[in-house]
This record gives sequence, structure tokens and C-alpha cells, in this order.
Amino acid sequence: MDYFLELFIGGLTRGSIYALIALGYTMVYGIIELINFAHGEIYMIGAFTALIVATILTMSGMSGVSVLVLAFLVAVLYSSCYGFTVEKIAYKPLRGASRLSPLISAIGMSIFLQNYVMLAQTSDFLPFPNLLPELPFMEPYAHIMGSTEFIIVTTTAVVMILLTILIKFTKIGKAMRATAQDRNMAMLVGVNVNRVISTTFIIGSALAAVGGVLIASHIGRINFYIGFIAGIKAFTAAVLGGIGSIPGAVLGSLILGWTESFATGYVSSDYEDVFAFALLVLILIFRPSGLLGRSTTQKV
Amino acid sequence: MMKRFLIGLSAIFLVFALAGPAPAAEPIKIGVAGAHSGDLASYGLPTVKAVELVVKDVNARGGILGRKIVLLIEDDVCKPEVATNTATKLISQKVDVVIGHICSGATKTALGIYKDAKVVTVSPSATNPELTQSGRYPNFFRTIASDDAQARLGVEFAVNKLKVTKIAVLHDKGDYGKGFAEFARKFITDGKKARVVLFEGVTPGAVDYSAVVNKVRQSGAEAVIYGGYHPEASSIIAQMRKKNMKTLFISDDGVKDDTFIKVAGRYAEGVYASGPKDTKKNPLAIAAIAAHKKAYNSDPGAFFLEGYAAALAVVNAIQKAKSTEYNALVKALRTNYVNTPVGKIRFDNRGDAIGVGFAMYQVKNGAYIEVR
Repeated sequence: MDYFLELFIGGLTRGSIYALIALGYTMVYGIIELINFAHGEIYMIGAFTALIVATILTMSGMSGVSVLVLAFLVAVLYSSCYGFTVEKIAYKPLRGASRLSPLISAIGMSIFLQNYVMLAQTSDFLPFPNLLPELPFMEPYAHIMGSTEFIIVTTTAVVMILLTILIKFTKIGKAMRATAQDRNMAMLVGVNVNRVISTTFIIGSALAAVGGVLIASHIGRINFYIGFIAGIKAFTAAVLGGIGSIPGAVLGSLILGWTESFATGYVSSDYEDVFAFALLVLILIFRPSGLLGRSTTQKV
Repeated sequence: MMKRFLIGLSAIFLVFALAGPAPAAEPIKIGVAGAHSGDLASYGLPTVKAVELVVKDVNARGGILGRKIVLLIEDDVCKPEVATNTATKLISQKVDVVIGHICSGATKTALGIYKDAKVVTVSPSATNPELTQSGRYPNFFRTIASDDAQARLGVEFAVNKLKVTKIAVLHDKGDYGKGFAEFARKFITDGKKARVVLFEGVTPGAVDYSAVVNKVRQSGAEAVIYGGYHPEASSIIAQMRKKNMKTLFISDDGVKDDTFIKVAGRYAEGVYASGPKDTKKNPLAIAAIAAHKKAYNSDPGAFFLEGYAAALAVVNAIQKAKSTEYNALVKALRTNYVNTPVGKIRFDNRGDAIGVGFAMYQVKNGAYIEVR
């Protein structure tokens, strides 16, 4: 039973990590039907920013929670700026173009950002300090759920709740839902669609930065390539849950996390990815728009 | 045309005429075969240079047994089908000993021919375990450790030194890591003193390894033998230690890298990793590299030291055997230690060099220290 619980918690942590990134994919897709391939890179930039800030602050003598909070804030701000700028440079000029053009632009942006970080920083793996505090009350359960895992899962849960409140109960949330339903109609009734899109990118990037800092602290190392691998998995999770749907992204991420964890635990980690993607194929056969996705009629 | 032909012919006769009356001192013919052209030439040419340097030295001192050494250098382009021709050609030129070949595949095909002709072959670079372990080529020797040497070292270290009986073998699914892990599993099973409680591949670059770490705990393993590179190793060791697991961690030279210590930080303490023996302080290696720099004005390439060691071993064996006769030579190679740039070596009954290869290192206070 203990073993099951360990795997369950491991899968939950993994799923929470995927969810933080998957949300950015799914929100952007929901609004402008674009798969933002540069999203994984925003996550990576968030982690790098936190590393740089944390290193500087630690060297200047600060410690503990203040470093964590400041590193988090700067990473979130910086990544949001990146998200905002990427949208303005790479996607906005292509808003009227066919759906393929911004997709290619996104891939280009992804490659550009990866290489930019590689050249500006390094191509080696860098150690990432464990910014997350050790929680003494988790210590007896460390073999099932360590403090890092606990913090990741809790943070993700809090972020989800905040995001739901934002979308359900605020004015900008309403505007986002309206834009997602029908962009032209939203424009006609006076919604500033460009602003809504920018906000979406900012929120998505901020979430990715939170994910970046948490995950980098968890695995303790980063390099310029981490965004690509995490991005692919998160994208899979978003598709699994139904791309465009926010609860879907979370559900898809958790299911993906658990599948991988249990497949590793009870079968073999050699087949971790096989199980994950076999599940994706199965779900897409029976529910082509994902678990919670809306099936829309494609206009041809 | 006719005139040129006649000059050529008379030149040949002249050579024979000169060679004929020379008193008994027929030169010793050493063949040097390997990839000397094509895209793998950089693996073969350093050995040629190494052998040339050694032979120049020996000849300057008057040769061995009063005979000079001549080199017959043949190219096999690292291709097995070419290697048979190379070997046949060397045999027809009555070669006494062959240093080579370079690539394992080419070496294997050539070895059959040398074996039938009873010619000793010493390779500086063919690492395929089969070549020695199959026992099919008693004429084969090599001055480099075989591919499975690291796995053997890791397993013996775990079983005999650390006295563990339950071992989890993990790898990163790559050629290098998986190959290492499979050898490790084989040696553990064959040794019968310990057993493999878990054999798994992990996904490189995954965001989290807690599932596989839980599985290691569940399996009750006392030690993990990991085949792969340092990024995954550092994540796995960190997660194990965060979960308060004291499981020993033994790995290969993909992990014996300072980046591993930098990234894994305090979690790296106590980790074992095997790596090539340090030859930097070996005076012969220093001298060989200096000689190469003097002769070619550049740093030597791959397998230079191994090639140098092979040439020294052959020269030494001929001297000790007092002939180039096959049985005497084989016996001399197997019994006499010789100082070479890769260490003090002799060959075991299967042809692997004793004294070359890998050593075990452990992380202590943020640095790899050799375990004695």
C-alpha cells in the first residue's frame, strides 16, 4: 500500500509540473487557436532568471525565504515580459494569416530562444540551488512525499484556484471567455481583443515561470534544452485533456503523470513513454477533441 | 620506355644483390595495419606514428637481437572486407608480428588469417569483448581495456569490496549506458554472489525520477549500478538522498565528470564512478608525447599511447623470446611485465592486458579520489 501511495504522490507531483506548463498552451490555444511552441522556452527562461537572481542575492548575503520570494517575483515578471514580447513580435503581425504561419513562427521563436540562452549563458548543465525550504513537518513522510513535492503540489493547486477565480469572476476573465468563443463577435461588442490576447500570454508565461522555478528546484539542474522536453510532455497533456480547455489541461496533466508513474512502478520505466503515448492515442481515438475538449465543427 | 624498364629491373637486381650477401641480419618485419585513410583515419594514424617513433628508437640503438626492424604499413580503411586483403598481403610479405588492427570489426576478420599463419597480433584499440573472451584467437593481444572492463570493475567492486548482495541496475537506454548495464547484469548473475533485483532504463531528460527511485527502494537494493551520463545520474542520486535512501551508487566514466559533482552538490558525496587510469604522471607517457611533439610538432591523436605501448610490448617480447617464433613470442607476452606509457603491463591467457584500463573513484569533499 505504501508503494502505491509513493507512486501516486510521485505521479501527482509530475502531473502538477506538467499542469503548470500545459495551462499556458491551452489558454493560448483557447483564445487564438495557436500552438505556442515557444512556451517551453518561456518556462526555461523563467528557471534561468530565478537562477541568476538567486545566485546574486545569495552572494550579497540574503538567505532563505527572501531569496525564494524575490527570485520567484523577478522570474515571473521577466518571463511575462518575454511572453508579451514574443506575442507582439512573432504572432501579432500574423494574426490575419493562415493558421500555419504563426505555427511556423512559433517554432522559429522556440529555436531562437533556445539558442539565445545557449549562447548568452552556457550549453552545460548548471546546478540549481534548492530554493524551496525544507518543511520539518514533512520530514517523517519524506519517503512518500518530500517537502519539495508537497510545495509543488500545493502551489499548483493554489495557482489553479486563482486562475479559475480570475476567469470565472473578473472582467478580464469574462473578456477572455468571450474572445475564446468568438473573436470577431467579441470585437464587435467592444472587447479589446489585442489586450485580451496580450493578457493571456502574460498569464501563461507567469505560470510557466512558476513551473520553471519549482521544477528546477526539484530536479536541481537546468540547461537551455529543458524547455523543449518539458514542453512536449505538457503539450501532450494539454491535448489529452482537450486543448483549449483549462480544467482539461489539469486533468490531462494529472492523468499523464499518474500513467507514467504507475507504468514505471508496476511495469518498467523502459516503457514509461510508450504507456503515456499509447494512452494519448487511445483517448484520441474515442474522444478526438480530448477528455474535456469541445468538439467543434471545422469550417472547410 | 625499354630503357627505363631496364634501369628499373637492374635496380631491383641491385637491391637483391645487396641484400643477398648481408650476414644473417635479416630485418624483423612488423606490420602496422589499421584505418589510415577514410573518415576513421584519425583513429589509425596516431598508432602508425607511435610505432614509427618506437622503431626509430630501437633501430638507432642497433635493433633487437642484432636485427633491424622494418615496418610494413597497410591500410584497411576500418572495413572488414578490406582487412582480409590487408592481412593476406602482410602474410605474403612474411610479416613477423602485426600491430593492429584499429577497428574491432576489421580486427576480427583479419585475426582468422593471422591465426592460421601463426602471427601474433597486438591491437591498440579494438575493444570488442568477444575478441579475447571467445578464446578463438590465441594469437590476439591488446593494450586497451575491453568494452566490458568498466562493468566488470564496477560489479567486482560492489560485490567484493562493498559486499552488497542485492543490486539494482539502471541505465539511460542509450548505446553506451545500456551496454554497460547489460554487461553489469551478466557479471552479477555469473558471479552468483549477488543478484540483480531490478533492471530498468530511465528516460533521459525527464522532469522527475521519483517513480524509478521508489522502485529501487521497493526492490530492497543495497546498491545501484548506473550506466549512462551525469545529468540523469545527478537527478537520480539527488532524489534518492532526498528520500533518505542510503543506497550506494556506482557508475561509469560518463558520470566521472566534474560537472556531476557541481550539479549534484552535496548529494554527490560518496558516489563511486569508474574512469580511465590516470596516465598523466607516467614518465613513459610524458616522454612519448614529448617525442611526438618533437617529431610532428603537434599533440598526438587517439590511441597514441596504446599504440606506443603495443610497440614496446612487441619489442620487449621479441627480446625476451630471443626470436620471432610464434610460441616463444606468445609465451613472452604472457609472462613478462613491460613498462609502457599506459602502465606496467603483461597479458593474460586470453590476450587482455593486465594493468591497463579503469580505476574506481569516489566523491570525497567535492572531488573524485581514486579508491585503493
